[in-house]
Amino acid sequence: MKKEKNAKTAAKPAPSLKKDREMPFYVVKRGDAAKTPGRSILIHGGAILIALLLCGIATIFVTGDNPISIYATMFKGAFGDAHNLWKTLQDIAILLCVSLAVTPAFKMRFWNTGAEGQVLISALATAMCMFYLGGAVPTPVLMLIMILCSILAGVIWAVVPAVFKAFWGTNETLFTLMMNYVAIQLVEVFLKVADKSGSNTVGPNLLKHGWFPELFGQKYLLNILIVAVLTVLVYIYLKYSKQGYEISVVGESENTARYIGVNVKKVIIRTMVVSGALCGVAGLLLVAGTSHSIDSNLVGGRGFTAIMVSWLAKFDPLMMVLTTLLLVFLDRGASEVTTNFGLNSAYSEILTGVIIFFIIGCEFFINYKVMINRNHPFFKKKEQEAAKEVL
Amino acid sequence: MNNVAAVELVNVTKTFGSVVANKNVNMDVRKGEILAILGENGSGKTTLMNMLSGIYHPDEGQIYIDGKEAVISSPKDAFAYKIGMIHQHFKLVDVFTAAENIVLGIDDGKFDPKGISKKVEEISARYGFEIDPTKKIYEMAVSEKQTVEIVKVLYRGADILILDEPTAVLTPQETRKLFAVLRQMREDGKAVIIITHKLHEVLSISDRVAILRKGEHIATVNTAETDETELTELMVGQKVALNIERDEPQGSVDRLTVSHVNCVSREGVKLLDDVSFTAKSGEILGIAGIAGSGQRELLEAIAGLQHLDGGEITYVNPKNGEVVNLRDKNPKQIKELGVRLSFVPEDRLGMGLVGNMDITDNMMLRSYRRGKSMFLDRKRPKNLADEIIKSLQVVTPGTSTPVRRLSGGNVQKVLVGREISSAPSVLMVAYPVRGLDINSSYTIYNLLNTQKRNGVAVIFVGEDLDVLMELCDRIMVIGSGRITGTVDGRSCTKEEIGYLMTKTEKAENEEGGKG
Repeated sequence: MKKEKNAKTAAKPAPSLKKDREMPFYVVKRGDAAKTPGRSILIHGGAILIALLLCGIATIFVTGDNPISIYATMFKGAFGDAHNLWKTLQDIAILLCVSLAVTPAFKMRFWNTGAEGQVLISALATAMCMFYLGGAVPTPVLMLIMILCSILAGVIWAVVPAVFKAFWGTNETLFTLMMNYVAIQLVEVFLKVADKSGSNTVGPNLLKHGWFPELFGQKYLLNILIVAVLTVLVYIYLKYSKQGYEISVVGESENTARYIGVNVKKVIIRTMVVSGALCGVAGLLLVAGTSHSIDSNLVGGRGFTAIMVSWLAKFDPLMMVLTTLLLVFLDRGASEVTTNFGLNSAYSEILTGVIIFFIIGCEFFINYKVMINRNHPFFKKKEQEAAKEVL
Repeated sequence: MNNVAAVELVNVTKTFGSVVANKNVNMDVRKGEILAILGENGSGKTTLMNMLSGIYHPDEGQIYIDGKEAVISSPKDAFAYKIGMIHQHFKLVDVFTAAENIVLGIDDGKFDPKGISKKVEEISARYGFEIDPTKKIYEMAVSEKQTVEIVKVLYRGADILILDEPTAVLTPQETRKLFAVLRQMREDGKAVIIITHKLHEVLSISDRVAILRKGEHIATVNTAETDETELTELMVGQKVALNIERDEPQGSVDRLTVSHVNCVSREGVKLLDDVSFTAKSGEILGIAGIAGSGQRELLEAIAGLQHLDGGEITYVNPKNGEVVNLRDKNPKQIKELGVRLSFVPEDRLGMGLVGNMDITDNMMLRSYRRGKSMFLDRKRPKNLADEIIKSLQVVTPGTSTPVRRLSGGNVQKVLVGREISSAPSVLMVAYPVRGLDINSSYTIYNLLNTQKRNGVAVIFVGEDLDVLMELCDRIMVIGSGRITGTVDGRSCTKEEIGYLMTKTEKAENEEGGKG
């Protein structure tokens, strides 16, 4: 019986296909996507506008609040006064620094999900220098030791998975992820040792020495300048240096890399040294330049947000300035909205999510074009009607 | 029966942005007929067929199936119209068996392995396939995978079969087998459309030939009433000389000597088995053999990409007569030894070039290390790119176009151009004209001949025996990693080479029997 049934299904005659099964729209790949930055900007701008409109309408229905005043509050929260502005710039600097760190690895298709841990372990190294050596050695010496230790810590945390990947082909995503938890636990140990009161933060009162100096009375200016310089350096490194070229080749095709005699193992390890060192700088900036404290949540997910920043900017350090700005603005603005309007914090996160969704969706419209199918009866009818009217 | 149109295309037009892929194409395929579609790269053959198989949708025009207007907006619709397409790149799940792949995507309630196997065997018996339904795809040779693809569409009851360059991956013997199957299908009343570049295949298999040029349908001719010259002329739009010049080698000296080279894969399979030969300057040494017989490993061993388990590879420097051992050196070290070795690998975009990089950046793949600066010099590669685009007539919007956007022939011109630009003394090319149209193919043959005249030792791995016999001075045949014989390119016969190609296969079968 079964066999008969099988035979029947296979020999089933073609169903009479109705014309209306055809889609009125279809999708065509754009051949010139890379050559038209103008259109890309237009599409992105449009997407953000639509996202804001959509969020606004939803806001009116759900909360009854005026969406325009919500957006105004978001803007104020991020850029409103000098204090907020500096805080936003500082947040951008730190996130951008972590993003710069993950980018060389990502260009090499090394999926480093351990920036969180690499930054945290560097932060711990910095804090330990401040805690144990603070006051014992002159400040400039302390500073130097802090810089060395934090960079070294970041490099170690990044190189271990790289070595395992290069020589034994381990999965770098899991490896780097696991290293995050090791870093968190090490920080917990330090908290217990350093602060006998049982607090879950080692604060500025215990880390009194080795703070970054203020420039022109601005606490964060030094951080921002350092990251600005790093951005340009990473951009040049990736685009114009021979090592950056090797990174691209290894990332695109390991076979090609072998074909031209690139030592793939060496490139993987070398790139992760660069990546880890940049994470080290981020950890240093976080502790010595910003918080003067350490806790296990100090990095606050930036190691993961950085992945999004890097991808959204297609691994271009200069574009990353813009994507960081966007993400930090949304984050800071959303928290301002939550406090001012007494909304649940989830609501502002939903708004942020919708906007990011629209921005990511842009990729589709940049690479593809939606065309109207003129053969579709829907349009044919209209044409005919139009033709009749003309007659 | 013979005059019923299974498929008729009327005024079909398809554009991609500003590019017209097909323009007002009118053609038909009858039941019980094999129609060959002939055209150069980018002439719109595949686009046209993709419209029949539901991947694209025509902008204008109609498609009639069995005389009724049809709307094919998805591959599923195509199956409903009993149209089946066998793509150039197989679309199979590696870890599934043949039977599982064959029924993949058919939603008829239950999965009944026995019933499927039985039906697969029925189809195989009917058309003369050899297929083991329980074999996994990753264990299969290329020709077996192709068989699975064909059975897959027949299983779905296809009456109209479209094959996109099916012989590109087959040996002469496998091609013959495939053609026998196709003829069987024709007898069975099916309409078969075959896309191919190889003229002699068109002449041997098809009933009619439809020629496309630049997206337009130029003509449809009866195969019996035409010949290679006419077809080429229709296809290219001008007369093309179809013979390859072959000069006598001048002042040949030994350039590269491979002696007793052994190579074992990680699984313990012998990839190269005691291979010895000499490549001489000023001659073209052809390497023939069934795909996967060790050609790739041999070239990669010479290029320093394959670890040797025994043997030596030595190179004689033409400048000072110095003998250099290349064993266990990587490509960078080989270059540093002053060995001028160029290599055009089989996998153009996966090894020879980086698809996402532009032409300029691809030009410097081999030379980017030049100079002590830590920064790249893009000026020289840019000039080289301009030069190659001009001298080899590469069709591209510019030097900053990613290589993967170029058509197959242009990709190959970029790769060969780069490899020749470094003035090699040994040039290895693997399947350099695979997927290329006639004009591009002859450009490549001429380039190889020029190199030969300049005293370069050219090693040419090819699949088309006709070309090997026209181009090469000597032809070495490789089978299962072993050199089974070397023949003179001028005096050998196809049968001779064919015998050498299959010689080790027999030996291997005997060994298998013993084991």
